[in-house]
Amino acid sequence: MPINYYIILAVALFSIGVAGVLTRRNAIIIFMCVELMLNAVNLLLVAFSKMHYENVAAFNPSLQVGGEAQLFVFFIMVVAAAEVSVGLAIIVMMYRNIHSVDVNFLNRLKH
Amino acid sequence: MKSIIDLVYLVPLFPLIGFLINGLGRKNLSKSLSGIIGSGVILASFIVSVLIFNETTAEDFTAVTVNLFDFINVAGLNIPFAFQVDQLSTLFLLIITGVGFLIHVYSTSYMHEEESHHYARYFAYLNLFVFSMLLLVLGSNYLIMFIGWEGVGLCSYLLIGYWFKNTEYGNAARKAFVMNRIGDLGFLVGLFFIIQQFGSLTYTEVFSQAQSTDVGILTVITLLLFIGAAGKSAQIPLYTWLPDAMAGPTPVSALIHAATMVTAGIYMIARSNILYTLAPVSQTVVAVIGLATAILAATIAIKQNDIKKVLAYSTVSQLGYMFLGLGVGAYTGAVFHVMTHAFFKALLFLGAGSVIHAMQHEQDIRKMGGLAKKLPHTHWTFLVGCLAIAGIPPFSGFFSKDEILVNAYAHNPILYWIGLGGALMTAFYMFRLYAMTFRGTFRGSDEQAQQLHESQWSMVVPLIVLAVLAAVAGFIGIPELFAPGAHRLEHYLAPVFAASTELRAAHQLDHSTEYILLAVSLTLIAVAILYALNRFTKKPDIEDATGFGKTLANKWYVDEIYDTIISKPLNGLGYVFNRFVEKSGIDGLVNGVGKSVQWGSRQLRLLQSGLVGTYILWMVLGILIFFVITITILN
Repeated sequence: MPINYYIILAVALFSIGVAGVLTRRNAIIIFMCVELMLNAVNLLLVAFSKMHYENVAAFNPSLQVGGEAQLFVFFIMVVAAAEVSVGLAIIVMMYRNIHSVDVNFLNRLKH
Repeated sequence: MKSIIDLVYLVPLFPLIGFLINGLGRKNLSKSLSGIIGSGVILASFIVSVLIFNETTAEDFTAVTVNLFDFINVAGLNIPFAFQVDQLSTLFLLIITGVGFLIHVYSTSYMHEEESHHYARYFAYLNLFVFSMLLLVLGSNYLIMFIGWEGVGLCSYLLIGYWFKNTEYGNAARKAFVMNRIGDLGFLVGLFFIIQQFGSLTYTEVFSQAQSTDVGILTVITLLLFIGAAGKSAQIPLYTWLPDAMAGPTPVSALIHAATMVTAGIYMIARSNILYTLAPVSQTVVAVIGLATAILAATIAIKQNDIKKVLAYSTVSQLGYMFLGLGVGAYTGAVFHVMTHAFFKALLFLGAGSVIHAMQHEQDIRKMGGLAKKLPHTHWTFLVGCLAIAGIPPFSGFFSKDEILVNAYAHNPILYWIGLGGALMTAFYMFRLYAMTFRGTFRGSDEQAQQLHESQWSMVVPLIVLAVLAAVAGFIGIPELFAPGAHRLEHYLAPVFAASTELRAAHQLDHSTEYILLAVSLTLIAVAILYALNRFTKKPDIEDATGFGKTLANKWYVDEIYDTIISKPLNGLGYVFNRFVEKSGIDGLVNGVGKSVQWGSRQLRLLQSGLVGTYILWMVLGILIFFVITITILN
């Protein structure tokens, strides 16, 4: 399958994520949108890795390259998981304090 | 060869140590201890000076340079920190430390009313003053002289403003400092010219090249140096600080007027005598300014009523004579007069201090009178001082003043007659002062009359020593007229002025002329003295002066004229600069930068709304902008 489809899909996912973060006020939905963006990036990493590996392997079958980019995907997943655990904890604390998960209430730093 | 001359650095070192001890330990030292330290170090210097003097009297003695260390050594200019011991500097050493020591001893009881840390501060300043002056006369190059030169300026400022709680005294101190700075600038520029012309500041190197130098350049150099001398030695137009310097304690006045400070200018010109001899224009300027100062100050002194002011103007006047002597080439005479003047002026000031002390700090001679009986020692010593300054033989002033005047006559009789007029005025105002202070009836308050007492021994002994010196010091310079070859000072100083003496056409007056001049001047002076004594004993000058006398009493309004033509326009200029350039221009620029940053920050602050959504929007916009920029650049 040509690389174009992967790119279009990833861009679409990423844009949806950005739009969601910008427009929604519910903290959980913003969170989900962030995850969406991260996964769009993951998708691209895997797709490009695969593409490069095929190109290189076609010229030199003995060469073992192309695995590095996919390793980054795991890193991103681990970081995303950590982020989710911290983020969700924050959101729980926020709900306990102000009985809402609306981020527009979180403007007290200004004062 | 090891001799005492190699230890010459001890002479200024002792006062420096005294300054450090008294200055740093002023909170802890008792009064008697700081007095002993302050006077003791000067005594030690004096003893070393006497030993050095003993060496220099040897027939085959030649000037010795004692190198201490390299001071400045850069780009071909080498200025060592070295002392030069020759007849001239040794003579000044003796005057400074000898008279200085007596003044220190006198001060120990004159200042006894001060609190102990102020007392120690006083002695610290006094020691520093002597130290600076010693540095000035000992240096073997103009730079060391300049260090001492600045040092005495600083110390005079500190001591004139010693009672700094009195604003007027503080102003007098500032006036002295500023006036001196004007002179110092001339001196400094002169030094730059010397470096440029001779490539050195060391006396021996400069003087040996002087003969082959263009007269024009020498004239410029010597005139600039003379500006410095005029500032330090209180000559027209920079003399007005000296009478105001009376704000300091009386022994300080004695120190400034007799041993240190004002003689610096004379010393400098006497030291540079060869330069002046080679520049006749400068010599004429020196002589004319000196004479004019002598006359102007003498006229002012006639109408002053403050005992110290009279003495101050008499100093200005006597300094004028010294410059006259330097100007007509009578270098020995000028140095001789420095020496005798040091004795009798220190004597007069200390005597005045004793009177002021007895009169409960009253300085107005209109409120004195008839003190002769109450203060016997002060009285007769003061009388000796008056006779010496008036020039009555055999007191010392006669010999030195006569030598200057005779040389002036040989140079140009007009100088002599004007100078004689000044000498008559000197005799007149000194005996007016004497008569109004010691003769007649007491005019002070009853309370003062009860408190009148002769001063303690520590004040009287210096007076007696100085009186003896003032009476007999003249005998080291007996003129050729009376006894050939008896002018021992001239013989002693001859090597220092040798080069100048060779160049100068010797105009020897014949003896009959000298006798006539002597007779005329003595008669006139005696008449002036008797008239003043008679008149002011009977009818003291207690009314305010009127008419021309008022002009004299107001010092020819010189201070007012300076104020109008210099201070006020400068103040006005300062106001304009302050108001327009400083406030609107520079301050406007600096404050404008600050204000625009503040305004900008206030606007930027609004971006921080606290809404997470907004922040993210800005972030995304930022990323997009970078994105666009990157793509544009890459393509």
